[in-house]
Amino acid sequence: MEITAENKVLKFVEGLIPPSDGTSIRKEALQALNGMDFPTTRVEEWKYTRVGRITNKTFQQEERKANIEKYKITNLDAHLVVFVNGYFDASLSTIKEDKALSVQSIEKLDLDYYSEIMEETEENVFSLINKGYQTGGVYIKVGENEKTAYPIHLLHLTTGEGIISNAQHFIHLEKGSKTELITTYDSDEAENSFTNIVIEGHIEENANLTIQKLQFEEKNVFHISNEFFVQDPSSQFKINTITTGSLLTRNGLNVIVEGENCHTEMNGVYLGTENQHLDNHTLIEHLYSNCTSSETYKGVMDDKSTGVFNGKVIVRPNAKKIEAYQSNGNILLSKSSTVNSKPELEIYADDVRCSHGSTTGQLDEDAIYYLRTRGISEQKAKKLMVAAFIGEVLDKVDNSDIRKKVDQHFLEHFGWVF
Amino acid sequence: MLTIKNLHATVGEEGLEILKGLNLEVKPGEVHAIMGPNGAGKSTLASVLAGKDGYEVTEGSVVFEGKDLLELETEDRAKEGVFLAFQYPVEIPGVSNINFLKTAINEIREHRKQEPLKAKEFMAKVRESSALVELDPKLASRSVNEGFSGGEKKRNEIFQMAMLQPKLSILDETDSGLDIDALRIVSDGVNKLKNENNAVIIITHYQRLLDHIIPDFVHVLADGKIVKSGPKELALELEEKGYDWLNAEKV
Repeated sequence: MEITAENKVLKFVEGLIPPSDGTSIRKEALQALNGMDFPTTRVEEWKYTRVGRITNKTFQQEERKANIEKYKITNLDAHLVVFVNGYFDASLSTIKEDKALSVQSIEKLDLDYYSEIMEETEENVFSLINKGYQTGGVYIKVGENEKTAYPIHLLHLTTGEGIISNAQHFIHLEKGSKTELITTYDSDEAENSFTNIVIEGHIEENANLTIQKLQFEEKNVFHISNEFFVQDPSSQFKINTITTGSLLTRNGLNVIVEGENCHTEMNGVYLGTENQHLDNHTLIEHLYSNCTSSETYKGVMDDKSTGVFNGKVIVRPNAKKIEAYQSNGNILLSKSSTVNSKPELEIYADDVRCSHGSTTGQLDEDAIYYLRTRGISEQKAKKLMVAAFIGEVLDKVDNSDIRKKVDQHFLEHFGWVF
Repeated sequence: MLTIKNLHATVGEEGLEILKGLNLEVKPGEVHAIMGPNGAGKSTLASVLAGKDGYEVTEGSVVFEGKDLLELETEDRAKEGVFLAFQYPVEIPGVSNINFLKTAINEIREHRKQEPLKAKEFMAKVRESSALVELDPKLASRSVNEGFSGGEKKRNEIFQMAMLQPKLSILDETDSGLDIDALRIVSDGVNKLKNENNAVIIITHYQRLLDHIIPDFVHVLADGKIVKSGPKELALELEEKGYDWLNAEKV
């Protein structure tokens, strides 16, 4: 009898362009990838998300020209850094004069610094594939006690069939610095393509980073993101994640709080229709005392879509006086939609205040009736209520240009007015 | 304006019959009070006229302004000019009073082939209507009924009535939960909105609202039918004698 032990990961990366010399980050990733396998639903972290639909396929890396006009954000005055299929496109990018900011290739990131900062973060097979086979990315640095003159917009577009977009970014905020990062993801005629993104960051003492993430890809692609951030003392980090895109999305977001007096905020909205599977997996790990964290995710699922929320908060033994708030709310608009919501609090310290709540339900029939008696159609009544439900989270998007883009997107794709 | 003939309606899956042959004729400019004991079918009548799910009309007809009301969806009845002031107004977190009323008014205006109201006109109307029922304008911008006191909720109903200017208003137990001051405010509001082109149906268990809004007709609803109709004095008689004498009279 012949035994074949086929390594799926090796098979998956077989078609990818083998990395040339590359950085040591790349080499380490390739090494770590050896002997790894794709997760099954027996793995707790992937219990509700089957990745077989991605891993059974093969993808190519392909540099392409594209028109990105309609993916830009109207009126947004920002540094624009464009990636098409994971490749940096200098001709489409505009990096303005800004003494606070340096934008370099990810290849310029120093391994020693990187390894020290990121040693606590946990890699997975997708982040390693990204790092091993990345086709580009930026290393952004904001100088000490500086504030960037403009936000930084990382625009990602995937175009063409069966493409893998493997961009890898790192953002470094030096002490006392501040910036806003906008990451957008779109696709155009990209059936069966796969965005496999990694963004990592280091927020030094007293620094402040806000990220606005808009995942608006079409519903025929796959999207896995791995976002890892490390916060030093007295730093602030906030991320708003708006997801309406891709057939299968997994937003993996991990924040390690490595200092006192930090504030961490994660907000998310996810709207699923058709057969979409939208998974938000978050982790906040408190290692030090006197920190606060706040997490609010809301989902609206229609048709046969599935939503997953897994929010883990860990408070380590020496982290006293932590205040951690977490809530996840979901509305199911159809009988065939589902949500798996799993808040996880692991608290190993005393004297902490942690709260979490998770709700999943339908729209209130009495409220719909009430609105209809005022002349509002059933459809519009539902929209008003859905808008009200997620509006609370959308209001946390405090950049008005981004908010307009989100409102416009919801109007065009769902007919929802906020 | 409204003609109800031999209306029979059942509620729920079991098909329990609540309305058993109700007749009513309402003309423009009139105020009708429908009184009756608990369980007589008063709120069912309000729900059937507004088109609430779960009620089935098994017999009879309701014609409003020449149209078969029962054929229309709830929202289309509202667009035609039917308004229901709820006994228990629903709280809708996150949906602002203003936003929802703007949507409602513009839907109704579209139906009447009118241009959407301009922001300035709309706000003027909000100010005027909230003053009518002494509703704090701040409440107008809050979520619909959320955290409102009982009296504020009822005033909000009349505020909406003032905003939407219906042809026929059905006030379902509007007096319940109102103290004497709120009762006067709400009644004054309704009286000011009344004119020769619109009509009001007041559904109530008690006489006290009728001291303030004087009905042209009082009907007694018992066991799903109107068993007695008369002038406003009938209400006083009911208040004095209760509803039992009606049953005795029938026997």
